[in-house]
Amino acid sequence: MLIDLKDINKTYNNGQPLHVLKGITLGIEAGEFVSIMGASGSGKSTLLNILGILDNYDTGEYWLDGTLIKNLSERQGADYRNRMIGFIFQSFNLISFKTAVENVELPLFYQGVSRRKRHAMAMEYLDRLGLKDWASHYPNEMSGGQKQRVAIARALITHPRIILADEPTGALDSKTSVEVMDLLAQLNREEKVTMIIVTHDPTVASKTRRTIRIKDGIIEE
Amino acid sequence: MRDLFQEVWESVRRNKLRTALTGFAVAWGLFMLIVLLGIGNGLRHSTEANMGDISANVMEVWGGRTSVAYDGLKEGRRIRTDEGDVTTTKGPDFADVIDEVSPTISQSGIRVSYGKRSLSTTLQGVYPAYSKMYKTQILAGRFLNDKDLSERRKVVVVSSRDAENLLDGSTDYAKLVGKRVRTDAGISLLVIGIWKVDRASMGASFYVPYTTLKAIYAKGRYVDEIDFTFHGLASEEENEAFENRYRAILNTRHRADPADVTSIRVFNRFRQSLMMDKGMNLLNIGLWIVGLFTLLSGIVGVSNIMLITVKERTHEFGIRKAIGASPGSLIKLIIAEAVAITGFFGYLGMITGMALCEVVNLLLGNNSTEVMGEQVRGIVDPTVGVDVALEATLLLIVAGTIAGLIPAWKAARVRPIEALRAD
Repeated sequence: MLIDLKDINKTYNNGQPLHVLKGITLGIEAGEFVSIMGASGSGKSTLLNILGILDNYDTGEYWLDGTLIKNLSERQGADYRNRMIGFIFQSFNLISFKTAVENVELPLFYQGVSRRKRHAMAMEYLDRLGLKDWASHYPNEMSGGQKQRVAIARALITHPRIILADEPTGALDSKTSVEVMDLLAQLNREEKVTMIIVTHDPTVASKTRRTIRIKDGIIEE
Repeated sequence: MRDLFQEVWESVRRNKLRTALTGFAVAWGLFMLIVLLGIGNGLRHSTEANMGDISANVMEVWGGRTSVAYDGLKEGRRIRTDEGDVTTTKGPDFADVIDEVSPTISQSGIRVSYGKRSLSTTLQGVYPAYSKMYKTQILAGRFLNDKDLSERRKVVVVSSRDAENLLDGSTDYAKLVGKRVRTDAGISLLVIGIWKVDRASMGASFYVPYTTLKAIYAKGRYVDEIDFTFHGLASEEENEAFENRYRAILNTRHRADPADVTSIRVFNRFRQSLMMDKGMNLLNIGLWIVGLFTLLSGIVGVSNIMLITVKERTHEFGIRKAIGASPGSLIKLIIAEAVAITGFFGYLGMITGMALCEVVNLLLGNNSTEVMGEQVRGIVDPTVGVDVALEATLLLIVAGTIAGLIPAWKAARVRPIEALRAD
C-alpha cells in the first residue's frame, strides 16, 4: 500500500480544543485516482495537510511508501515533500516574479540538480503540457488554465509518489475545469501517478475512480 | 552559488529605491570609518615625521634636587651630575645595556664674531656620539671626531641659523667652513662644519669638543647632562626596571635615596615613543569604535528592510517550503541578500572614503606650517592601506550576516499551511 493511515487523530488548540480528525484509517494503493469530498469544516483540508507533510498529527501512524511519517524535523519534512509529494493548489501558488519555466524548475533546484539539466527537464514538461511557447512568460501574463498547467508541471517534475491537489479547479471556469480534470485523469492513466484530489464539487469527484467522503472528522466511504 | 546570486538579484531588483536608501546608510557608515581611520593615520604619520629627527633609544640624565632626607642629609639638596657619573655610566655596571655615552657641558652668553657680524650664543662641549643621538644633520664640512676630542682642538660646528647670521644672510654655508670665528674672550675657533637646525634643537648652539670647552672655561668635574644610547630594552617594564637600577646607583653615589626620582632625573626617549605609540593606538581604537557605531545604524537599517522583505515574501516562502525548500536554504537566501546589500554599498562607501583620503593627501599631505622657524606638518599621508580594506571586507561580511540573522530566522519559521492560507 502506498498510503496507509492508521487511526489518525488531530486536535487544534486555539483557545477551545477542536477535535478535527477523529481516528482516520485509510489506505490508498499506488496508481489510484482518488477524491476526498467533504463540506467545509469537515476536516478534509487538515487531512490533506497531514498527507502532504505540511502539518503533523497527534496520534496514529502515517506510512508513506513504507516510511513512517512522524515527528520529522523541518529539514526532513522538506526533503520528503520535495521527493515524494507534488502539490497542486486552488490558487496555483506560482511565484509571481519567476517565469513559467523557472517555477517548474524550482523543486529540482532544491534537489540540487544542475542549472542546465533542470532547465531542460522543465522545458520538456512544459512541452508535454502544451506550454512550450509560454515558458518565458510570467504567471500574470497567463490564463488560469495555463497557470494551473504550469503548477501541474511543477508538481510532476520530481516524479513524486503522490500528487495532492487541493480544489484544483476551484478558481477556474467550467470549461477549463473539465480540461484540467481530463489532464489529471490522463496523467493518472498514462503515467500511473497516484492522484488525491480534495474537492467539494461532485462533478470533479465523479471524474475520479474512488471517492472518500469525510464528515466531522470521520470517513464514511 | 550562481542561483543564489540570481535569487538575491531578483529580490533586490524588485525594490530598487528602498534597497538604495538602506544601502546609503551602510555606505555612509563605512565612508565615515575609512575617513576617520585615514585622519588617524595622518596624525600618526605626522607625529612620526615630526619626531623622526631624534634617535629613540637614548636616555638623557641630569641632576635635580632630592625630595626626601637620606643618610642624615636634608631634602631639597641640589645634586649635580659629574664625571664620576660618566665613568659609572660607562662602567661595568651597565655594560649589558648602555652603548655610547656622551656627557655635555656648556657655556652660555658667549659673543662670537666673524668679520663685522657678531651674535650671542651658547657653546656646548660634546662628544662625537652626540651627533648620532640627536641625528644632527651636517650641511657642510663635518661633525666633531675623536681626534678633536683627544687633541682638544679649537674647532666648532656652527648651527645653520647662526651661520646664516654670520654670513650676512647668505645660505652658502660652505663659505664659512675653514674660516675662524672669535669669541669675546679672544679665543679663535676654526669652523669645521655647519649643522642643520631642526625641530629637535630648540636653542641652536655651537658645538665644540668636550675637552676643549672644559679646558678653556675650567669647568671642573661637573657635567650638565649625560646622554647615552642603549639596547635590549623592549617593553615598558624592562625600561622602567633599568631606569630604576641606573637611578639607584647614581643616587647612591650622591648620597641620595636610591628611589628618589627628583635627584637624578632620567628622561627615556624610547619610553616616550612607546607612550606615543600607545596613545596613537588608543586613538585608532577610538576611531574604529566611532566608525563602527556609525556603521551600526546602517546595519540596523538593513536588518529592518530585510524584515519587511521577509514579511512581504511570506507567501512565497510558504510555496518554496511546500515544494521542498529546507529552512536552511531560506536562511541562506536572506543572509546572502543582507550580505550582498551591505557588501555592495559598504564597498561603495569604502572606495569613496579612500578616494577622499587620497584627495586630501594630494591637497594637504605636503602642506606644512611654520612654527618657531621650523616646518611642522599637520597631516601626513592620511590614507588607509590594504590591511584596513581587508579588515573592512571582513567587517562587512560579519555585519551583513548580523543584519540578516533575525529576518532569516523569521523566514525559516514561516509555516507553509499558514503562508499558503494568507493569500
